[in-house]
Amino acid sequence: MSDGDSGVALRIEGLTKQYGPTLALDGLDLEVAQGEVFGFLGPNGAGKTTAVKICLDLVRPSAGSVTVLGLPASDWRARRRVGFLPEHFRFQEWLTAREFLDVHGRLCGMPAPQRRQRGVELLERLDLSRQTDQQLRVFSKGMLQRIGLAQALIHGPQIVFLDEPTSGLDPLGRRIVRDVIQDLRRQGTTVFLNSHLLSEIEVTCDRVGFVRRGRLVHCGPLSELLAAATEVEITLDPGTELTAADLASLPHEAVVVGERLLFRLSDESLVPDLVARLVALGVRIRSVRPQRSSLEEVFLELMEGEGAG
Amino acid sequence: MTIVYIAWLTLREAGRRRILWLLGALSVAFLVLFAIGFRLIYAEVLAQLPDSGLDGEAASFFTIAGLYAVNFIIIMVSVLSTVDTVSGEIASHSVHSVVAKPIRRREVILGKWLAFALLVVTAVALLGGGVILICWISSGYLIPNAVTGLALIALEGIILASLTLLGGTRLSTLANGIAVFMLFGLSFLGGWTEQIGGYVGNQSAIRVGIVTSLLLPTEALWKRAAYLMQPPLFQQFASTPFAVTSIPSPAMVWYALLYCTVTVVLAVRAFGSRDL
Repeated sequence: MSDGDSGVALRIEGLTKQYGPTLALDGLDLEVAQGEVFGFLGPNGAGKTTAVKICLDLVRPSAGSVTVLGLPASDWRARRRVGFLPEHFRFQEWLTAREFLDVHGRLCGMPAPQRRQRGVELLERLDLSRQTDQQLRVFSKGMLQRIGLAQALIHGPQIVFLDEPTSGLDPLGRRIVRDVIQDLRRQGTTVFLNSHLLSEIEVTCDRVGFVRRGRLVHCGPLSELLAAATEVEITLDPGTELTAADLASLPHEAVVVGERLLFRLSDESLVPDLVARLVALGVRIRSVRPQRSSLEEVFLELMEGEGAG
Repeated sequence: MTIVYIAWLTLREAGRRRILWLLGALSVAFLVLFAIGFRLIYAEVLAQLPDSGLDGEAASFFTIAGLYAVNFIIIMVSVLSTVDTVSGEIASHSVHSVVAKPIRRREVILGKWLAFALLVVTAVALLGGGVILICWISSGYLIPNAVTGLALIALEGIILASLTLLGGTRLSTLANGIAVFMLFGLSFLGGWTEQIGGYVGNQSAIRVGIVTSLLLPTEALWKRAAYLMQPPLFQQFASTPFAVTSIPSPAMVWYALLYCTVTVVLAVRAFGSRDL
């Protein structure tokens, strides 16, 4: 059975890329399921763009393999159902927006009526309808990035690689791209998102992988990753007192700061039991506030941890 | 099919960037100037040498001089129109969105090659054909082997375009331009060394020319074209700067065709195997 049938959209095994003395990728292993929105994170120079380029056969690996929708990345047919927004969104600036989408649709082998219809839809969706007949040379950075996203989606791909898709966008543009990614998720399209903007990853991705020095240092569902570092602040009614024995009987260690109890839990689902236990001890609770770590905190923690190691 | 589409796209880009328009307009200007110059000088020669019987030779001389200028224009156009097409797209990263489509990399190179080959053939037909026609209409003299001669000039341009495409897969635009023109300079110098060697009967000088022709056979192609397009009388007396004393053989033409093919194959391989 091919990966295309087994629910795996992208499989990366032992991927290594050496540029002269520089090791850009060092045995990267990764799998992305079909229909998943996957965020690929890492500091500058971690090997993210190199990995994406190998997936599209723009760069040849020194070792390892990449399978895209069941076909080796080196097979040009693998790209029939693949879309790509490059990091450097420079395109044929002598074409108008309409012509540009038509050219890229034609390169994907789409028939003319379908190209026309899809082009109009995408220009509308990415708020570029007014620029339809303008040459790309007069486009702003944000417009170029949006038309770049349109060319990546022109043929209705099954997997889309987006390399820093919002780097040149204003908040409105980012919102549009975020909505497009949500649309892709609903349609069952796999999205592989390379981004420095952690807030974007946080609101769009199902699962994230952290890469550092060409290696995957962590990979998992975003919810688990963020929940894993959950802190809960429970504020008690004034005058409520807990004895040392009460505190010792709690299932999790508490840090007491006046009337506030701070707990660090491995999972948010442990909160109800903790509250029930406190209530059973006769404690009157005024508020319970889970304080989820931001992705940025997790990112820094992982990168610093690796650095220390 | 993709090759033809890429070729069409490349020509469309040349059109949108006004390259085709400029080439067309300046070609017409060149031909108009040649027609005026030809008529004035040819009339003067006829007036000064009435009944000399050298009408054909005079017309032939002016035509070859015109074709010599055409040959240089074709060399420049072949290199300059091609020099940025691959390296420029690699440097600007605009190649990424194209090569990431479901196409083979060789289709990109072959498509571009086809476009520039067509451009060269059209320019040779327009300029070279124009010069020959102007001479024919103005003097009634038609140079021999016109089609073969123009085909050799076109092959010369196509070889330079192919070589420039090959350079563009690995070198920056500037380095590529310098490399191709320097190589052409070697071929040009070698060609003249061979001709002068032929004139004075120095075999070593002739061999130098042959070796440089193997390195880049463009000058040899021009020499053979010039030999074929001039009347035998000129060749016997080597009386003009365009007379050919050491005639490149038909084997050199076959070598040039092989050279062109190998260059295109190398360009395909070099582009296909590089990281983008």
